[in-house]
Amino acid sequence: MSDAAMPGAALRKPWRSLRRQREAAGFGLWVFLGSEVMFFACALTGYAVYRTLWSEDFAAAARETNVVYGTLNTAILLTSSLTMAAAAEGARAGLRRLTLACLAATIAFGLAFLVVKGFEYREDIEKHLVPGPGFALEAAAAQVFFAFYWLLTGVHALHMSIGLGVTGTLLWQAWRRRRPLRSPAFEAAGLYWHFVDIVWIFLYPLLYLAGRS
Amino acid sequence: MSEALVQRDIPDAPAPGESYLTAETGLASWLLTTDHKRIALLYMAAITIFFFLGGAAAVAMRIELFTPQADLLSDDAYNRAFTFHGVVMVWFFLLPSIPNILGNFLLPLMIGAKDLAFPRLNLLSWYIFIIAGTLAIYTLLAGGVDTGWTFYTPLSTAFANGHVLAAAGAVFIAGFSTIATAVNFITTVHLLRAPGMRWFRLPLFVWAIYATSIVMVLATPVLAMVLLLIFAERAFDIPIFDPLRGGDPILFQHLFWFYSHPAVYIMVLPSFGVISELVACYARRRVFGYSFMVYAILWIALVGFLVWGHHMFVSGQSMLANLAFSFLSFVVAVPSAIKVFNWTATLYRGQIVFDAPMIYALGFIGLFTIGGLTGLFLASIPVDVHVTDTYFVVAHFHYIMVGGAVSALYGGLAFWWPKITGRLYPEGWARFGAVMMFFGFSFTFFPMFVMGFLGMPRRYHVYVPEFQVWHVLASAGAVVLAAAYLLPMGYFAWSLVWGRRAPANPWEATGLEWQTASPPPVENFVTPPVVTQAPYGYHPEDAGPPALDRAAHRPQGHQP
Repeated sequence: MSDAAMPGAALRKPWRSLRRQREAAGFGLWVFLGSEVMFFACALTGYAVYRTLWSEDFAAAARETNVVYGTLNTAILLTSSLTMAAAAEGARAGLRRLTLACLAATIAFGLAFLVVKGFEYREDIEKHLVPGPGFALEAAAAQVFFAFYWLLTGVHALHMSIGLGVTGTLLWQAWRRRRPLRSPAFEAAGLYWHFVDIVWIFLYPLLYLAGRS
Repeated sequence: MSEALVQRDIPDAPAPGESYLTAETGLASWLLTTDHKRIALLYMAAITIFFFLGGAAAVAMRIELFTPQADLLSDDAYNRAFTFHGVVMVWFFLLPSIPNILGNFLLPLMIGAKDLAFPRLNLLSWYIFIIAGTLAIYTLLAGGVDTGWTFYTPLSTAFANGHVLAAAGAVFIAGFSTIATAVNFITTVHLLRAPGMRWFRLPLFVWAIYATSIVMVLATPVLAMVLLLIFAERAFDIPIFDPLRGGDPILFQHLFWFYSHPAVYIMVLPSFGVISELVACYARRRVFGYSFMVYAILWIALVGFLVWGHHMFVSGQSMLANLAFSFLSFVVAVPSAIKVFNWTATLYRGQIVFDAPMIYALGFIGLFTIGGLTGLFLASIPVDVHVTDTYFVVAHFHYIMVGGAVSALYGGLAFWWPKITGRLYPEGWARFGAVMMFFGFSFTFFPMFVMGFLGMPRRYHVYVPEFQVWHVLASAGAVVLAAAYLLPMGYFAWSLVWGRRAPANPWEATGLEWQTASPPPVENFVTPPVVTQAPYGYHPEDAGPPALDRAAHRPQGHQP
């Protein structure tokens, strides 16, 4: 795609029509997201099984997570989805300044999420909430809860980082006019970003709100 | 489609410099290629190496099992041998073999496209595969893994002393390659079909690869997460499956088999596609019940996700779960049986010729039927409880995955060899090799049914002397089987230099891949094809093939 310097991007090799070529990026990404859903579904199934087995322990452990940080991050991520959606729509409409601003805002929100997450991790470590010797909680399965807490939030943060890398690349390319705004990559990156948000929408109640009702 | 062949007057061989093999030369032109045909050959090279490595481990095991005592391998070395055999054969040979070699090469050709939808992603998948494979070989050199390919917990997380992390990492990375390829295939089938190539005009090979890709996309990530959980537990001592800290090892089995049972269908569904092409061509018949073949493929892909519990009948899961999984396992046998019956019905009143690919295909049907029927034994809970973890199970899944999938791979390679290389393989040797593979395979694995039913447990390197006769039979058969695997490598290599040049359509087969030169030009088709009829037009739809005015059979195919 990098050689498509000007709008009216060239037809690349396997394609017979530009419309199909544009369609492919989004279509391929949807299929890939199917894969991602199953990836997280596997871990969430494990969570569901253990929460059924050890509901008391899980509720006790979930009360130890920092709901302020979690709620703050939920708000940040939802807002970033808004700016990302605006960036994709802006790119589609050819509004360069809007697209650049929204991409930059999305990256800022994403970084803010990771920073908050970092503070939260530091606090968790200080409170000895890392499974293993010296774990803070007595309940037998509390360690299992925090195993899933670290694993799910860690994998989610990794996805966020990849999303940030992709968005940053797009921002740079759009800034330097290396990528036409008509490129389907903006919409595809948006899809991926929204997916990562949706994962958080599941993680937030499971990890932060469980046991606090 | 033979009329179209005449009308469009396809040159048999492309002009020099147009063939994808010679358009560019030099190592870089191969390692940086985005041409699906070249990437298929890159896969072929890599997968052949892994096949040899996995085969070498099997040879070590068969030598060890020749006598009841431990002669060649210690118990620990034997564990590492069968683990390496399993890991390499499953993830680096069987899963990628037909999709990544034949699928990569044929999918765009069969649907009339110039390439896959994402050519650079296709090359990236190959590099990811190579990285994963290198890591797998590293685990062997570093000392191996002793858990078996199933990585059961708590053995893999708490007790195993092998390089579990590296092995799990290798499989994890290979998953990215699998998913990327599958996304590529699915997008290609959806968006790059030639004008007129409607869904129900797709060759069954394309349907099979398409269904396989869907299973890959939905099952592989589950394995990835399971391996990540294992990784976290073993590396960072985070309790997930540890029963001492509230974890449940059985949960691991559920999640693992939720991937690994569909993985069996990833291995065998592409073979269904290959066999459908071969049977139709060498019987000169339309595939019997084409639409039912399509529905059967999709039905297997779907129900394959719902039967994983039949691996766990003795794990202590509830009797209700056992009954449900047993019932669903019988249900999945129905579409498999539809396929076998339809292949048989395709042969009926066909003009069958016993060329090498057809012998492989008939061998496949026989071996797959035995493998499938013994699968029904294993789906019945009382029988399964008796033969769990015995050689009966080993024999059953080798009949499906080796007798089935490898026969189809070799048959498909022979059938499409002229298209891939532009050369004809030597028919006599190929027939000999195909027959030898069938007998070598049966000789190796049928004794395992017998000794498994008599109680020989799997994964033992010493055993009671009563079983020796069966093990000697199996080891002797393995020699024949190994020769049958090696022979085609010899005559395929021979044909590259001395083989007769192949015309565009040596087998007078239908299908768009035969409507272009052998080997195809870089762009696949000089004029973009247009499809006007259903596949397998070997004879008019409402009449059988004219039995009497059959052309004389030419074993080396149609010569202009």
